[in-house]
Amino acid sequence: MAFDDRSKLLRRYVIDAMRGGGRGHLGSSMSMIEILRVLYDSVLKFDPVNPQAFDRDRFILSKGHGCLALYAILADRGFFEVNELESFCRPTSRLGGHPERGKVPGVEASTGALGHGVPIGVGMAIGLRLRKSRSRVFVLTGDGEINEGSNWEALMAAAKHKLSNLTVMVDYNKLQSYGRTSDVLDLEPLVDKFESFGFVTCEVDGHDVAALEDVLSRLPFDKNAPSAIICHTVKGKGFPFAEGNPEWHHKSGMTEADIQQMYDCLT
Amino acid sequence: MRKTALDCVYKLSQIDERVVFVGSDLGPGVLDKMKTEFPDRFFMEGVSEQYIIGMAAGLAMEGFIPYVNTIATFLTRRCYEQVAVDLCIHDLPVRLIANGGGGVYAPLGPTHLAIEDIAIMRALPNMAVVVPCDADEMNRLMMSTLEWPHPIYIRLAKGGDRVVSAEQNGFELGKSIKMKDGVDGLFVTTGVMTQLALETADVLKAKGVDVGVLHVHTIKPFDTGGVISAIESVKAVVTVEEHIVNGGLGSVVLESCSELRPELLPKISRIGIPDKFATEYGSQSSLLKHWGITSDTLVAVMMKKLGG
Repeated sequence: MAFDDRSKLLRRYVIDAMRGGGRGHLGSSMSMIEILRVLYDSVLKFDPVNPQAFDRDRFILSKGHGCLALYAILADRGFFEVNELESFCRPTSRLGGHPERGKVPGVEASTGALGHGVPIGVGMAIGLRLRKSRSRVFVLTGDGEINEGSNWEALMAAAKHKLSNLTVMVDYNKLQSYGRTSDVLDLEPLVDKFESFGFVTCEVDGHDVAALEDVLSRLPFDKNAPSAIICHTVKGKGFPFAEGNPEWHHKSGMTEADIQQMYDCLT
Repeated sequence: MRKTALDCVYKLSQIDERVVFVGSDLGPGVLDKMKTEFPDRFFMEGVSEQYIIGMAAGLAMEGFIPYVNTIATFLTRRCYEQVAVDLCIHDLPVRLIANGGGGVYAPLGPTHLAIEDIAIMRALPNMAVVVPCDADEMNRLMMSTLEWPHPIYIRLAKGGDRVVSAEQNGFELGKSIKMKDGVDGLFVTTGVMTQLALETADVLKAKGVDVGVLHVHTIKPFDTGGVISAIESVKAVVTVEEHIVNGGLGSVVLESCSELRPELLPKISRIGIPDKFATEYGSQSSLLKHWGITSDTLVAVMMKKLGG
């Protein structure tokens, strides 16, 4: 599947940031570009001029190490200037190696330690319901991340509270830091697990923009239950040397040649 | 003290609709009145402390003031990263009400004994750490928590503890309270050790030694000025806490003096729980005896420090 210009542009923004910082989680960011693109282009309600507006939808990037993709879409949608991406990881930059609430406009929670997004999202969803808000909460987790037990505690609670305003999305790229998720700690049967925890669950190709738009347009899947979307993705999508290669989960000390090699993939 | 704390949560929920209660799996009937009156703001979430802290953070981000209650060890050790990341990095107004500080759960053994909770909670930026001495003070503390914009760790004692605090002394987070004046020595105390120190001061009085008691209900933010000025005016100081000696009240006192008035250090001794997990059961008072936290020890350490 060839990328359209928009998917290429967002990937280019990620590389711009990696060039500025000389490092970054390439593989983890590139698997979620289309997920974020569809969320921010057609699903989430937000106002970049007033990022704290009460009636906004909340998006929590629980896999905080994928922040390059989040920074790219936030810059693209006007939360801050695109040229700020180059400051990634510099001492006084707002854009760190993990996203921070209060620093980066549009970031709802400081994440990086894994397994925090779903519990916080459950609290937000309950809070919004108490305040009679129609805003929704979306949490994007990694696949290795859901090894953490805190997620499963929170999933049980989300079902108990019938949080139809909560959607948990999994960026299921099948690779974690050490290797294949099926080898390190197998998540299968993942859909069955979510279903048995009380989530109405769908699967989707996480790089297929039309398919993502379709599945997200059907939310909530049930008006008395939380929703889950398992997004099948490719780690490092778009970069043949990085696709499916755990060596590209995170890179530091990148050279100009490394960077050029990445830009070349997008021509 | 626990009953008072929870009664206060109910009272606070009546006067402020931002107040929510989150328990794990507490005893039946807890806060039934609040549950009946405000069912939407009462949560009993199961044995899942990591989730509960994150959930409380999410509620606080949406404008609520969550009061979270369970056993102290589970609220600190089990979910330390959640407390650090979800509450302290985000600097949210969540209140942790921790049952059974120190030796309260003596018969249940070391998994239930919160002996290092003050040390690990005070190590976290933005976290306040408060250890009231009795139910009356708990009431004053709780009713002052609505407007504090940061997380607070509140350590409970056993309950039924003798009331020694006084209304006229008031309560201000971060401000120590002089419970008794004395010209010779000073006990610097927190929690129910304040009662022990007051009793011991009477014992010493009978021996002709005049010892005061400074009650430090707030370990953090620490009342550096008030404590140092009280230490300056006496010849000997003994800190007393139902907590491991490393990292608690005694450590804060030594650190503060070391930084600002190192010449005061030689007159200070610390009494607390030794650096090991409990090996005995029994009761809170038998454990305190086992740990050497008794009136006799307080007398002996104070007399030695005074050169007697």
